[in-house]
Amino acid sequence: MRYLPLTPDDRQAMLAKIGVRHIDDLFKDVPNAVLNPEIDLPRHKAEMEVERHLSRMAAKNTAAGSVPFFVGAGAYKHHVPATVDHLIQRGEFLTAYTPYQPEIAQGTLQYIFEFQTQVAQLTGMDVANASMYDGSTACAEAVLMARRVTRRNKAILAGSLHAHYRAVVETTTQYTEDVIVAQTPNPADPEAELKAVIDAIDDETSCVVVQNPGVFGHVLDLRPVAEAAHAKKALLIVVVTEVMSLGLIQSPGEMGADIVVGEGQSIGNGLNFGGPYVGLFATNQKYVRQMPGRLCGETVDADGKRGFVLTLSTREQHIRREKATSNICTNAGLCALAFTIHMTLLGEKGLRGVARVNHKNAIALKAAMGSVAGGEVLTNAFFNEIAVKLPKAAGAVVDQLAERGVLAGVPASRLYPGAGLDDVLIMAATETVTADDIDVLKGALEEVL
Amino acid sequence: MAMNSQGRPTAATGGGDATKFESFSGHVGLRLAEPLIFELGTSETTGVDFEDTSDLELSCGGLERTSEIGCPGLAEPDTARHYTRLSRRNYGIDMGVFPLGSCTMKHNPRLNEKMARLPGFGDIHPLAPKSTVQGAYQLMDELSHWLMTLTGMPAVALSPKAGAHGELCGVMAIRAALEARGDAREVILCPESAHGTNPATAAFCGYKVKSIPAKDNGRVDIGALKAALDNTVAAVMITNPNTCGLFENEVREIADEIHKAGAFFYCDGANFNAIVGKARPGDLGVDAMHINLHKTFSTPHGGGGPGSGPVVFSDALKDFVPVPYVVKTEGGYDIVEDQAGKSFGRLTAFQGQMGMYVRALSYMLSHGSDGLKQASEDAVLNANYVLASLKDVMSPSYDGPCMHEALFDDEFLKGTGVTTLDFAKAMIDEGYHPMTMYFPLVVHGAMLIEPTESESKTNMDQFIRSMRGLAEAAKAGQVERFSGAPYHAPWSRLDETQAARNPVLRFAAE
Repeated sequence: MRYLPLTPDDRQAMLAKIGVRHIDDLFKDVPNAVLNPEIDLPRHKAEMEVERHLSRMAAKNTAAGSVPFFVGAGAYKHHVPATVDHLIQRGEFLTAYTPYQPEIAQGTLQYIFEFQTQVAQLTGMDVANASMYDGSTACAEAVLMARRVTRRNKAILAGSLHAHYRAVVETTTQYTEDVIVAQTPNPADPEAELKAVIDAIDDETSCVVVQNPGVFGHVLDLRPVAEAAHAKKALLIVVVTEVMSLGLIQSPGEMGADIVVGEGQSIGNGLNFGGPYVGLFATNQKYVRQMPGRLCGETVDADGKRGFVLTLSTREQHIRREKATSNICTNAGLCALAFTIHMTLLGEKGLRGVARVNHKNAIALKAAMGSVAGGEVLTNAFFNEIAVKLPKAAGAVVDQLAERGVLAGVPASRLYPGAGLDDVLIMAATETVTADDIDVLKGALEEVL
Repeated sequence: MAMNSQGRPTAATGGGDATKFESFSGHVGLRLAEPLIFELGTSETTGVDFEDTSDLELSCGGLERTSEIGCPGLAEPDTARHYTRLSRRNYGIDMGVFPLGSCTMKHNPRLNEKMARLPGFGDIHPLAPKSTVQGAYQLMDELSHWLMTLTGMPAVALSPKAGAHGELCGVMAIRAALEARGDAREVILCPESAHGTNPATAAFCGYKVKSIPAKDNGRVDIGALKAALDNTVAAVMITNPNTCGLFENEVREIADEIHKAGAFFYCDGANFNAIVGKARPGDLGVDAMHINLHKTFSTPHGGGGPGSGPVVFSDALKDFVPVPYVVKTEGGYDIVEDQAGKSFGRLTAFQGQMGMYVRALSYMLSHGSDGLKQASEDAVLNANYVLASLKDVMSPSYDGPCMHEALFDDEFLKGTGVTTLDFAKAMIDEGYHPMTMYFPLVVHGAMLIEPTESESKTNMDQFIRSMRGLAEAAKAGQVERFSGAPYHAPWSRLDETQAARNPVLRFAAE
């Protein structure tokens, strides 16, 4: 077997050194009745055979890059430069462990420090952690952190928070003392949605959770929510599922956020059918010690040379056990590296430039959808995503368009079943969309409507 | 002076003391100094090309970002160089033996990377129309089949994002099942040697944590367990093989006692890699167990993630699994995305770590049932070889045989002035990543060595020679070799106290 270097002779020599005759002498603690069960699975395969088997499976899927593609709602198709994927596959990054031995892990630690700084700058916050599993789990952790900070337990979730994020918050807090108030989505009237959030804030409120741009694409000024929350000593948690938007839209920090969580997939990471992604978590300096997750900090070595280490670990499970701020252990190291490399390639200039191309394509998409008979665009202020009301059920339309080789978007009913949004379609246009793609979409849509 | 035929010198013309010559560049040969990107890049530099949009009329509600973002860029050549230079400061499995106990640093096959990057896996959207991602559902179904067969368990939840997330999944299912029977209970029992994530997870699910002691032989004290088990206990969380690298030989009796008390048996599957193909948790009475795909099934650790922690479940818990999950339909697959029935909810957006599923299945298909079993045996063989080869110069905490990792304490360093930390740092000078140190907490100055099956006998022998040399040097009073180590790493020992006392967590321009 190609991954196993020991030869039969090696094994015999090693057993002799250990002083046993048979490998199963080393498994003597395993009850005999259950040792060496029959396992009904195929035997080993050569590399070529594995590749053939998996390639056949992959070929049954429609790759985003192979068709006109407008699917978003929390995961976005962006162009990731080839440099990113090449660099993250260097063995020194790919096959390293969590940097618990900092003398031989400065590569990882320095990029985490760069990552933390980039995330803080992008979100407009003081500090960011070394990443979380993804945006949705970061969102749940933010709600828990708000309880620790405010010592209150009521969290208000805005209606246009991504349905999966809402579900993750609800699930994660179901056995804690948190009370979750989830409001109903209202894609046709985002201002009314914000007002409902503001009206719900009371003296028990630990935090309000608002997504910007919302799941239906609306971009909103969150300053009034921040003011209302702060007036009641509650925290504003802003969720960003499309981090590319921060190249065009004012940052949550500028709007008064106390905690910003986000999905960083758009920068550096492919769609990957939902994961692995990279959760962003940023906050203000005064809340650092209540943050979940790993943090990298600057220090010096014995010779006075600048270096980096994981720090403030007294918050974490391996030290605090049941009193830890979170049970989180792993972060999204390699995805954070991909994010950092892509951000470095973009720089401020590239990020702004690419963000504007996204916006331009979304404006073109909006114009096309507005001109389809029976179509009504619900989103007026947006980044790269819009919600469109169709004269038919969006789910059926998406399926029919898929048959015509167009992936048109996410039916709102897939995220919010039973919410009366069956005719709403969520559509994204990133920099990867061409004018041709929009023409093909429009033509196909006119056929099926 | 020796010359070649072109008259070029072919040997050094003299000798000198390298420490006397500081370089003018800040570099030291192949050790290249590299500042932060914030000290290198500018806001006007970029490594990407994009369409000009200067005449664009914005439609973002007047909320355009006009303030400086403060993220400098680099052109592509400098980006490649920056991160290549950083990479060279890291130690990885690709460079040498990485015997980090409990973490399972086995070889990461590159076929897995290639497979995960097939456009049909890497470039598909989690909410794409179901008819366009049937192959992805098939892959999830096939991976599930392998995991259920290898563990002998009837159900699996793939979506947890890492081991600790898997623990959360398992304990939530347990709580949901208990609540369904009208009795959530109050307590979760964990052995003293448990991973820190276990008590943290239990607390997260609203349970009090009680510790159960170990016996002198490193196993759970079944008498103490029995005494602690009553109708307030929701579950017992046990790692098996345990964190001392030992198989809980009374595991079936333990399971019986747990079940007799009406509680559930959660197994931390972090060490499943020792027994894949040799024993099935389902046969041991386990009710829920997470599997770290990044340990047992070779997906890369990536400097701290991403992980992936699917959880297998017994019949008693299978109705409570979280969404989403794939189901077979007539002629294809469907995915259940909305909470219904007894499911306890959703742990993550989308489907979990698809990229890791592809890598893990690629690894399983490569090994097959025979290779997976052989891999477990080789991992256990290598660990016992270390134990047998070092037991006369170091101090094993328990008698053998061990499973996939060998545990030593610092008894052999007593009176030498050398600590476990010093010893670990001296291993860096030997060209090895240190073993896990100070974990588990149940032995003093713990050193947990897990060689994995990826090491050849030649590598093992060289490693053992080096460890013996260090142990003998410590006993011979060569304290200096240890106290200032590492001497040959790119950085000397870093000041963690200063980092924590005055946290600097981001770059700020002076």
